[in-house]
Amino acid sequence: MIKNYFKNTWEGLYTILIGMKITWKHLFVPSVTLQYPEERAKLPERARNRLFLNYNDCIGCMQCAAACPVNCIEIETVKGIPTDMPDPTSKGQKKALWVTKFDIDEGKCCFCQLCVAPCPTEAIYMTDIYEYSEFDRDNLVYNFASLTKEEVQQKQDNFDKFQAEKEAQKLEAAKAKAEADAKKAAEEKAKLEVKPSNDEKKED
Amino acid sequence: MQNYLIEIFGSEIVAYILATVPVLAFIVLFVLFAVWLERKVSAHMQDRLGPMRVGWHGVLQTLADFLKLLQKEDIIATANDKALFNIAPYVVFVTTLATFTMLPFTSIFIGSNADVGIFFVLAFSGAVVAGILMAGWASNNKYSLYGSLRSAAQIVSYEIPTALVVLTMIMLYGTMSLGEITIAQTSHFWNWGIFGGPELGLAKILLVPFMFVAFIILFISTLAESNRTPFDLPESESELVAGFNTEYSGIKFSMFFLSEFANMFLIGSILVIFFFGGYNSPFGYLGNLLGIEWLIPIEQLLWFLGKGMFFVFVDMWLRWTLPRVRVDQLMTICWKYLIPYAFFNLLIVGLILLI
Amino acid sequence: MKTEEMILNMGPQHPSTHGVLRLELVLDGEVVHDVKPHIGYLHRCMEKHSEAMTYPQVVPYTDRMDYLASMYNNFGYVGAVEKLMDIKVPERVEYIRVIMGELQRIASHLVALGTFGLDLGAFTPFLYLFRDREKILDLFEHTCGARLLYNYMWVGGLSHDIHPDFVRKTKEFIDYFRPTIVELNNLLTFNKIFIERTANIGVCPAKEAINLGLSGPNLRGSGVKFDLRKDDTYSIYNRFDFEIPVGEGRVGTVGDCWDRYYVRVQEVEQSLRIIEQAIDQIPDGDVKSEIPRRVKPPVGTVYHRVEAPKGELGYFIISDGSLNPARVKVRAPSFVSLSAIGQMAKGYLVADVVAILGSLDIVLGEIDR
Repeated sequence: MIKNYFKNTWEGLYTILIGMKITWKHLFVPSVTLQYPEERAKLPERARNRLFLNYNDCIGCMQCAAACPVNCIEIETVKGIPTDMPDPTSKGQKKALWVTKFDIDEGKCCFCQLCVAPCPTEAIYMTDIYEYSEFDRDNLVYNFASLTKEEVQQKQDNFDKFQAEKEAQKLEAAKAKAEADAKKAAEEKAKLEVKPSNDEKKED
Repeated sequence: MQNYLIEIFGSEIVAYILATVPVLAFIVLFVLFAVWLERKVSAHMQDRLGPMRVGWHGVLQTLADFLKLLQKEDIIATANDKALFNIAPYVVFVTTLATFTMLPFTSIFIGSNADVGIFFVLAFSGAVVAGILMAGWASNNKYSLYGSLRSAAQIVSYEIPTALVVLTMIMLYGTMSLGEITIAQTSHFWNWGIFGGPELGLAKILLVPFMFVAFIILFISTLAESNRTPFDLPESESELVAGFNTEYSGIKFSMFFLSEFANMFLIGSILVIFFFGGYNSPFGYLGNLLGIEWLIPIEQLLWFLGKGMFFVFVDMWLRWTLPRVRVDQLMTICWKYLIPYAFFNLLIVGLILLI
Repeated sequence: MKTEEMILNMGPQHPSTHGVLRLELVLDGEVVHDVKPHIGYLHRCMEKHSEAMTYPQVVPYTDRMDYLASMYNNFGYVGAVEKLMDIKVPERVEYIRVIMGELQRIASHLVALGTFGLDLGAFTPFLYLFRDREKILDLFEHTCGARLLYNYMWVGGLSHDIHPDFVRKTKEFIDYFRPTIVELNNLLTFNKIFIERTANIGVCPAKEAINLGLSGPNLRGSGVKFDLRKDDTYSIYNRFDFEIPVGEGRVGTVGDCWDRYYVRVQEVEQSLRIIEQAIDQIPDGDVKSEIPRRVKPPVGTVYHRVEAPKGELGYFIISDGSLNPARVKVRAPSFVSLSAIGQMAKGYLVADVVAILGSLDIVLGEIDR
């Protein structure tokens, strides 16, 4: 009992002194922190920060938008027409779609990198930019599509026109076909009509 | 000092006010410095840098913080007891300030070289409880109430070992006046309290270990009285949010802060006066060597502040090393450990002094 | 003396409730008569969300449950889906997963130990441990680019192969880290005040721990030698030699806060042993070869449990044969641990409630999901 009493006193003081020794040593250890705005940590090459889209390489396949768990990517596309096709990607893959809208809402993005893996042209990737805070939430929506409104309208018009022409052609073709069919049918009919007469004649 | 001022101005009141100004200025400047030091010490002990932006290594950081605190809204909740709530921080601060009047900063500057010096210091540092209780009760917050009641229990309990050790030291020096205690330890560092006091002989050698025990007890119990880690239960952040000053903001909060740091210096200087020769230099004075008389008080002031600051530093060092004790353990340390040790120490020192 | 009971609200804005948790304490003076935890402040509908996601899309959601041990959450989830689809992942993937999992266990335990100290007022060990945790996070960042929410383990493989430097850096980390455990022990573990604060506090005997359904270090702290890595082995844990530390009541009673704390310290050492064994044996191979193009498990259910840093983490998945899971239920270890606080804290002081809560090592993201 008495022994325990003195042991407690001794242990209390002794362990406190051990702790003080450790903190004293650390008083002279150089700091491990960085003075942030002046010094910056070097990011590793695989750093996952703000998303970036190389617009010229995007073929508008929407695989990234489908992979995103938080729906932060919005894509709209217009089909190209044979006379006005988008240029192929830097690696020579052919594009069939004009990407008229490619918005990434960085406010929603959860930096999971799921959108990067499925991209067939490696157009979307994560950069090492991590300082992009904004005062307005709308500013966090990044528009990557470089087409202007007029151009988009033009593409849409082109496509509509093309579609309309195609439609018209189709219609014409159909008409022609219908006419041809009608003609054919009429001929057939005529033939048929003739035939019975023949038959009649035969009957006769 | 006072007499000199009274002679000049012919009025006691003016003289006393003038004598208080340097102390008050010292407290404010000291707190500005000590807060910065605390942040720096804690940062470097934790492998960080601490404040680095305002001024050289952030020395002006506390000034900026102080200005920020001044501008802050003084929030008084509707359920607070307004009168008590407003008075409490000033009661705490004034009682702390009052104890500074007894400290001999140099041989020529003592607020009051009263015969009851140390008694006055003990009484007023005990009176801080009143302010803290007022703050806790008036806040009308359960955390504040817990904090203030813990604080009351803590300060009142730790008065006892403090008083016992002080009694031991009074036996040694034969006076309660802090100025005279300091004078008794003049000339050589082996005259200091920790080395058995001014008188040579067998008693002095026998006294050394007991003086050391007395020093440890006084250090622990005054640390507890100033509510510092490991005895910071009244404000224990992880349990009681901020204890008795949870509801305070702005300048009133800074008053509590001011008195906490002033208290740290106070306990440091009490230790210095009892055990480390007060303002006395251990090696003699440069002023004596060069024959410049006015240099001596300045040297004395530097020695006093330096020694006091050392104990402030030790307080900080402890704070950033140790966890906090629990409220019942706090009482155990006081009643089961410090008081018996202090009693036996008192008894043995008394016997040695009788020889 | 007859006194009235007082109700004290602790949280949700309180320094030591480890997130947004509200504890309703019924007190008599400082003595706790009852503790009622109120949860749900961090509820994010993770389980319901998963039903609208495809199987790979759920992985980032699991990251955000126990945000201090994201790797292990991934580990459990992909394990469950692979079990459901009957995929055999390449050896290399298994080794990397184990190494990552154990590194994550160390990181999670470092936070647990540090915040436990912080709850008791010791600030400095907390920052030392965070400094070391940063080094682990650096390793993760080097591998997959993220520091906290990795989305690293995918169904059938991994998102990235390890960096060529990874093996060297991990070995450097182990060499650096061993002495800091000794330092922690000297600074905090065997400090008299710390022992006084934690020994004989929040005692949970083995029988009660089993009845409460505790798992992980909290169960082992009560002296029950049960570790899923050994007792219901998964992945390749049966190839490694490591011990299961249990609480022994070294400074107090078996199953007190100090035991739970010390079990974690020892587990960190055991994790280092596993990493040391695994790091030299990583076989060559492709980490993405087995990733299915479309994750479409057959109709069926699966329950897969892993030994996460906090305890037994179980995933119950119902598949209706479509691309989205029909139901994902998570058995979160912290949820069970928190439910024990009512019984553990009864009769102790307010300050002990904080200590007990800290020793249980809960993460609110996992409790509320």
